[in-house]
Amino acid sequence: MRELRGIGASPGGAAGPVHRLAPPPALPPAPATVDPSAEKTAVRAAVLAVAADLTRRADAAPDTTAAEVLRAQVMMAQDETLIDAADVAIDGGTDAPHAITDVLAVHRAAFEAAGGYLAERVSDLDDLRDRLVAACLGLPMPGVPDPGRPFLLIARDLAPADTAGLDPALVLGLVTAEGGPTSHTAILARTLGIPAVVRCAGILDVADGTLVSLDGSTGVVATGVSAETATGVNAARLAEIERRARSHGPGRTADGHPVALLANIGSARDLTGEVEGVGLFRTELLYLDRSDPPSHEEQVAAYREVFAALPGRKVVVRTLDAGADKPLPFLRLAGEPNPALGIRGLRVARQTPSVLTTQLGAIAVAAAAEDAEVWVMTPMVATAAEASAFAVSCREHGLSTAGVMIEVPAAALRAGQVLRDVGFLSIGTNDLSQYTFAADRMCGDLAELLDPWQPALIGLIASCAAAGVEAGKPVGVCGESAADPDFALVLAGLGITSLSMAPRSIPAVRESLAAHTLDECRQIAKAALAADTPEAARAAVRR
Amino acid sequence: MPTRTVVVGSASGLHARPAALFVAEAAKQPVPVTIRTGDKKPVPARSMLAVLSLGAKKGTEVTLEADGDGAQAAVDTLADLLARDLDAVDA
Repeated sequence: MRELRGIGASPGGAAGPVHRLAPPPALPPAPATVDPSAEKTAVRAAVLAVAADLTRRADAAPDTTAAEVLRAQVMMAQDETLIDAADVAIDGGTDAPHAITDVLAVHRAAFEAAGGYLAERVSDLDDLRDRLVAACLGLPMPGVPDPGRPFLLIARDLAPADTAGLDPALVLGLVTAEGGPTSHTAILARTLGIPAVVRCAGILDVADGTLVSLDGSTGVVATGVSAETATGVNAARLAEIERRARSHGPGRTADGHPVALLANIGSARDLTGEVEGVGLFRTELLYLDRSDPPSHEEQVAAYREVFAALPGRKVVVRTLDAGADKPLPFLRLAGEPNPALGIRGLRVARQTPSVLTTQLGAIAVAAAAEDAEVWVMTPMVATAAEASAFAVSCREHGLSTAGVMIEVPAAALRAGQVLRDVGFLSIGTNDLSQYTFAADRMCGDLAELLDPWQPALIGLIASCAAAGVEAGKPVGVCGESAADPDFALVLAGLGITSLSMAPRSIPAVRESLAAHTLDECRQIAKAALAADTPEAARAAVRR
Repeated sequence: MPTRTVVVGSASGLHARPAALFVAEAAKQPVPVTIRTGDKKPVPARSMLAVLSLGAKKGTEVTLEADGDGAQAAVDTLADLLARDLDAVDA
């Protein structure tokens, strides 16, 4: 047995055989001479192998939409014109991988030129190309592996496209060599309730099929464990899940001080278990992968679906959080040298005000039609003037409770003034870390700067919470840090009124709060604020 | 040579499910059928990639052509299929 160390990104233990996510194949340099008949044979063999693999996946796909996409890919792979055109290219002196790439590039251009739905399917063509090229080169199929038994997924890092449709029943845990605690991998793992360790150097040297166990709290990864150990780890995990499933009720400290435990969701589908309300309804899902913005009617329908699921409960809707870092084709934003510092969030309304006004109109109509208590907030606010202007827009649309997210240090430093014309604040600790420490969230090498336990971050949260207490207005946290059962104690002690997180994280936070009085939380917060390092702040809680 | 020009009737255009149904039907015909939009180059109707690449939307005029025994019936069958709203057909 060998022990590796990473950063715990999603708590819990898991064990099983590891299988790696294969990266898309790199196209090798074109050979100087080729044997046309061998290359033609290679194309045919690749088509057969890929079509068979995709057909098997389509048959096993859990929903019909996924199955239809896969079957359409099978029809593209088996297309006779693909083989004919590849043959022509091979006769022109190229090899099978280049022939396939070139032929599909022609269709890719046609798809893009057609726009609309077809342009959105370009990724299916790219996936097909990667699969065919990998088959020609004898490389593993790119994407999430399908070993046919529960496993631990290992990868350099995971991108959203890799993980769409990841099945938590099969993927017991995640270990990545790169990425940080606020990376996509970490967020996905917490959302799905899958234990995960990130930045685990050496994990890619472990052979597929090796039995490995991971601890998503401590970041310890043990390779080459026995089958008995693996069974024990998974049994303990199941017992923990069952115990937490029985916890219920609103969030409160041991002495009854309420701290609302809310859910972060992207659509009604994400609502699982018991929640007091929604503290962050991300609306980006509606806008992603499309070349035109969603219509008023489409938005009303999507918002109503969420509001209808939460009658009488609070739902905080965040207006579109997009920009050059999360590009949406219809915004037509020019490339920016520093997208995270450019036109994103509320700033998009400077250029394209209709996106925000259409959205506020749709939220208002949906809110009027359902019984949820609808609040609205906007991301990337830097000044009190921006906050006031947003509140005015909301009132014009008949939305009475408007708030802002605190992600920019400038807004945190002036939290009292920012709060003057809005009803509440919600602190996005991931972005607030990134901007406070000048450390890109996607840069795993700077992970320790992005640690929410950094005293400077805790200091900014404390001043926002104090401004809320003084104004008598709620200040919540909706970043990843709210899901840390220990950090939740610090936040409660600072005067934060609500914690919003992936629904699966709520039971552990509920347990933690219930085990401490408000006064204990205040002592813990004071010690964390006084600490010089994240390690010292953590130690202050454990003491 | 039997030729039919029809307007695509499917709500989503000649993509996704309608394209898959059309291509599968074309493959069943005894003769090769071509499809084109406007004056563009005709492409084989049994090619999923080529049919998708037409980018035909609901209301786009497309022309089907075939030659040989059974060409008229093949063109008619496919033209009738295209004119229907295939998104509304139950799976």
